[in-house]
Amino acid sequence: MFSLKNKAEKTTVVIGGSAGSFPIVNRILEGIRPQYRMPVILCLHRLRDKREGFKEALEIKSKLPVNEPNDKSLALPGHAYVAPANYHLLMEDATHFALATTELVQYSRPSIDVLFESAADVCGQHLIAVLLSGANRDGATGMRHIKRKGGLLIVQDPQECSMRTMPEAALQATEVDYVLKTEDIIRILNEFH
Amino acid sequence: MYSPASEPDIDIQLQELEKLTEAILTKYGYDFTNYAMSSFKRRVTMVLKKNGLSTVDQLLQKLLYDPAFFDQFVLDVTVNTTEMFRDPSFWKVLRHQILPILNTRPEFNIWHAAASTGEEVVSMAMLLKEEGMLDRAKIYATDINHVVLKKAQNLVYPGRNKDLSEQNYAQTDPKGKLEDYYQMADGDMVFDPTLIANVKFKHHDLAIDHHFFKFDLILCRNVMIYFNQKLQNRVFELLHNSLFLGGFLALGAKESLIWCKIADKFESVNDSEKIYKKIKL
Repeated sequence: MFSLKNKAEKTTVVIGGSAGSFPIVNRILEGIRPQYRMPVILCLHRLRDKREGFKEALEIKSKLPVNEPNDKSLALPGHAYVAPANYHLLMEDATHFALATTELVQYSRPSIDVLFESAADVCGQHLIAVLLSGANRDGATGMRHIKRKGGLLIVQDPQECSMRTMPEAALQATEVDYVLKTEDIIRILNEFH
Repeated sequence: MYSPASEPDIDIQLQELEKLTEAILTKYGYDFTNYAMSSFKRRVTMVLKKNGLSTVDQLLQKLLYDPAFFDQFVLDVTVNTTEMFRDPSFWKVLRHQILPILNTRPEFNIWHAAASTGEEVVSMAMLLKEEGMLDRAKIYATDINHVVLKKAQNLVYPGRNKDLSEQNYAQTDPKGKLEDYYQMADGDMVFDPTLIANVKFKHHDLAIDHHFFKFDLILCRNVMIYFNQKLQNRVFELLHNSLFLGGFLALGAKESLIWCKIADKFESVNDSEKIYKKIKL
């Protein structure tokens, strides 16, 4: 149904979201095919001092098992990973995570820019990035970096977002491949299955 | 809608970082070759921007011919973000589960490995004082960086961290108030110097140096996340050698030693706070 604009084989999905993105992420994890072919890596802005409960809330409807990665642990196909509280989540190489407690980026730790930039470096054109609703500009620089490395960019349609600052910042920062509503984001992700 | 960014982004290649770390090792004896390159790259990019440089080669030239610039570089690339009582649940476990065990020993030794600006050293000292154990503790605080070690000895922390420090402290089942331990001066919190009377501050590079003492408890939290697995294995061995049998090792909340070569020489004491006990020599 989509004419795919970017033909390179895809190995990794990263998703960033902030205010208003939680129900969207839940819907994506519910709609995605079980045993999805790639790891789905989530960076969502969250409270820095609440370690428990977030992963569990995502797990309820998810078709994929949800984990908060430990440092240097593996990114496995068919699993969803969510950046832990008060850490930046990075891709150390195409299959391993790394964590960092470095400064906030865009007032955030975890920061979407940090995940996206590191994933772009190690996955290049094999990366799919999805940026959802949010009230700040985190993710825009990361999206631009992914574009330069040949990855595929999807932004949630600002008209559907409860907070449109974040997707609009990305649309201004770089050329995005798809601007889609939630159900179409799920459909295109499943086409890569 | 899309407008290109005004300034070009810096894009560093892995090979450039290899060249950089090799050159630094040869010239200054600091070993960054086995750092986790994902984070190290971000730090180096930040240093380039801060100094108006656009390539790693330019940085390398400056580093090799300007030792003062190198000192600042070490400060900038190493990570010194920490807070008082970071992860209050960890300090609570320490208070109720680990310190009572140490308290049965006539004296005991604690090592803050990569202590940075010393927030955890002060936090620990307050905890020990409240449990009536501070006098019997022999404490070492080490870091790769002389500048932060000096800061750690000054006990001066910015007032903007006050609320977070107090919030964290309040969740550790405290026996006092945080303000019992510091006074405000020029907008800073200045902590009571008697807290660190038993603390020895010492330069130590986990990547190169060896064990120097035996400890009952080592805190090395959110330090090894900046290392690759090869260096992590080296450090786990160093920490193992630095512990008495029955001694405890505390890692960061999302660090684990289950994958490392000597994992079988430790057992987990608290899974969620990542506290391990040395059970084999």
